Amino acid sequence: MPEFERFSYDVLVIGAGGAGLRAAIESAVCGAKVGVVCKSLLGKAHTVMAEGGIAAALANVDDRDNWRVHFADTMRGGQYLNNWRMAELHAKEAPECVRELEAWGALFDRTKDGRILQRNFGGHRYPRLAHVGDRTGLEMIRTLQDHGIHAGMEVHMECTVLSLLLDSGRIAGACGYDREKGRFHLWQAKAVVLATGGMGRAYKITSNSWEYTGDGLALAYRAGAELQDMEFVQFHPTGMVWPISVRGILVTEGVRGEGGVLRNSAGRRFMFDEIPDLYKDQTADTEEEGWRYTQGDRNARRPPELLTRDHVARCINREVKAGRGTPHGGVFLDIAWIGKQLPKSEEHIKRKLPSMYHQFKQLADLDITKEPMEVGPTTHYMMGGIRVDGDSQMSTVPGLFAAGEAAAGLHGANRLGGNSLSDLVVFGRRAGRFAAEFAKSNSAPAKIDEEQLQSTAADALAPFERGPSGENPYQIQYDLQEAMQSLVGIVRTENEMQQAVEMIAQLHTRADRVGIVGNREYNNGWHTAMDLGNLLVVSEAITRAALLRKESRGAQFREDFPAKDAEWGKHNIVVRRGADGEMRAEKRALPPIPVELKAVIEEMK
Amino acid sequence: MATQAMFRIWRGDPAGGEFRDYITPIEEGMVVLDAVHRIQAQQATDLAVRWNCKAGKCGSCSAEINGMPKLMCMTRLSDLNLDMPVILEPMHTFPVIRDLVTDVSWNFRAKRTIKEFRPRSPDSPDGTWRMQQADVERVQEFRKCIECFLCQDVCHVLREHHKQDEFIGPRLLVYVAALEMHPLDTEDRMRDLKQKHNIGYCNITTCCRQVCPESITITENAIIPLKERVVDRFFDPLKQIFHIL
Repeated sequence: MPEFERFSYDVLVIGAGGAGLRAAIESAVCGAKVGVVCKSLLGKAHTVMAEGGIAAALANVDDRDNWRVHFADTMRGGQYLNNWRMAELHAKEAPECVRELEAWGALFDRTKDGRILQRNFGGHRYPRLAHVGDRTGLEMIRTLQDHGIHAGMEVHMECTVLSLLLDSGRIAGACGYDREKGRFHLWQAKAVVLATGGMGRAYKITSNSWEYTGDGLALAYRAGAELQDMEFVQFHPTGMVWPISVRGILVTEGVRGEGGVLRNSAGRRFMFDEIPDLYKDQTADTEEEGWRYTQGDRNARRPPELLTRDHVARCINREVKAGRGTPHGGVFLDIAWIGKQLPKSEEHIKRKLPSMYHQFKQLADLDITKEPMEVGPTTHYMMGGIRVDGDSQMSTVPGLFAAGEAAAGLHGANRLGGNSLSDLVVFGRRAGRFAAEFAKSNSAPAKIDEEQLQSTAADALAPFERGPSGENPYQIQYDLQEAMQSLVGIVRTENEMQQAVEMIAQLHTRADRVGIVGNREYNNGWHTAMDLGNLLVVSEAITRAALLRKESRGAQFREDFPAKDAEWGKHNIVVRRGADGEMRAEKRALPPIPVELKAVIEEMK
Repeated sequence: MATQAMFRIWRGDPAGGEFRDYITPIEEGMVVLDAVHRIQAQQATDLAVRWNCKAGKCGSCSAEINGMPKLMCMTRLSDLNLDMPVILEPMHTFPVIRDLVTDVSWNFRAKRTIKEFRPRSPDSPDGTWRMQQADVERVQEFRKCIECFLCQDVCHVLREHHKQDEFIGPRLLVYVAALEMHPLDTEDRMRDLKQKHNIGYCNITTCCRQVCPESITITENAIIPLKERVVDRFFDPLKQIFHIL
């Protein structure tokens, strides 16, 4: 019988990106004994890849900004499917959370009078993103990490959670394994915060690293929690398309914020060709006006390159499909052109976008200060996730909380750039606080389900028994990625998604036959095999939700239902496990929005 | 460009190991990590490698490529001589876990021995601070560090002399520099630098600076100024006299 090394905490945080670290710090501050479990080393989570900045209505650059504008922008970007309470709290608390980061040592770029500088970004009416060049995420995660290690938390690095444990319906902890030796661990806890990020690895072209296999979503789903908005997967419009080996790696929206423009192979700025009605009044009429906007002219309106990500991604997709793409199947993103407008533009670009300069120079042999980049859409972010209470971030399972990308609600049908870093700190903090309170007001779970522990361990070890005669885990993952990319991608149809449902079922069967060679010590093949189950659950949830929503809205575009449907605009889709163990996707009416917030939205329209 | 290449990869664990050869197809634009992934998916599913972002931003895939400490994700095959096998080894300074993965946890433990950031009280009644971009930029260079620990790997004080218990190494000296030169910080780490972290062990061979994938000027901008501050504080004869008086 496999042994479990046992630990006991008040609050267990799973995931150590921005949301997890912020939650852990807050729980510790509230007096809880905190454990953190993370799949990679500390400081390597995907937050590190965030480039453009953190959105907060600090009003340092444009004094017309305030929480009401930020709230309205977020709701508009999410096509009004957002959890209004989360959008409200987010807009109100983000400035405080940014200042908190500064108090912990983060060094943001400055305005001339020494305050935090803010930049323009898609869908934000005013310059709102506090940033550090184009490496804001690194600054944020390092700040939280360095502050956190002194805040009193035990960190279990390179550990993967296999299953959540319940005791009479409420959370009791989690169990999993460490990568180093493949030993099993049990982390008992009165409250658990899931901050496991996204699921980009379900797709072939993604900006996400190997870790993002939807673990938290699948763990919560199996524990009986509800998922929400799973049909809304964000395809970031600008990922690298060449060389093939780096396809999907993110090119920050900051490039467009600094004046970068999109062109097709004929040299046309195609983003001017189609402007959505919701944004007509806010979009520049001419290229000249768009340029003035990026340079801080308060009377100019934003260039169409800075429309929301769902729209820009679809326009790029359209150009490529129409045969107006670049040699490697993308479009051109040109920042070098600003040389015509600015003296010393090369230094300017290198100072504002140092990582982008570095990334293209080293990986693609291309100097972005002189030549245009080739870019195309890449799977980037999951708007959906675990359904939580807007205030406390608790899921429908008592004691189980979620924050950051793993939680649903803030972003609705489409997330604005910059709103995820602020999401992490605002709701990481809330989840940490409420989890600590929950732990304080509840006694330790009475018992641990030893049978579940043993069956989890037995399932995890089964692939070793099949050995080389079993299926190759990498091949199954690859086949799933191919299927999701081609059948449940940017443009969706009923037929293709039905095919995807069938393929996912077949892949489930194959995943049950996966075989592993070697031993349990740092065996990447085994790790990949353990992640497959989560990827499959999440892929099925995405597909079922997307099938049910018979309209196009935000990140979901249905070729067979290309229009928005007012009725669907009143509903979220909730996915949960039925009593028979089958996955159910169902319509759930949006909670009514208070009159005063409705008035804010109307006023800003 | 060649259509295939041979990779000579160290396979083993703390008990020992050996180099094994793998031949894999290659394409234009590939980096070393791509080749490792391909070998892993097709020939050696249990090959241990640590990686995350694949874009030089997280610092996970550090290894020694043909004897040079590098990030596998940022080393293009076109920059290597593929007529010879490409030799891949784990970092030598850290204990091996398996294959290309090493135990770098010492770095995290050592970081905790450094006094944390302590800001001055806010400059403005609304609780915020004012800083000039120029002052911020000086420190931003150090904060670019992605903690790949390649500088630690190449530092002879750690690699050859194993002074992990006495010396924090270039990465953490850069961290101390970032704190000490932070416009808001008020903490004093000079005595620790001299006595606990033993900055004097560094004799500025600049190996660390040469391998830094973020091109941080580790020695000239971080370590030397710190050494000067320590010397200023503890070895300046005039100050010694004042101290006695």
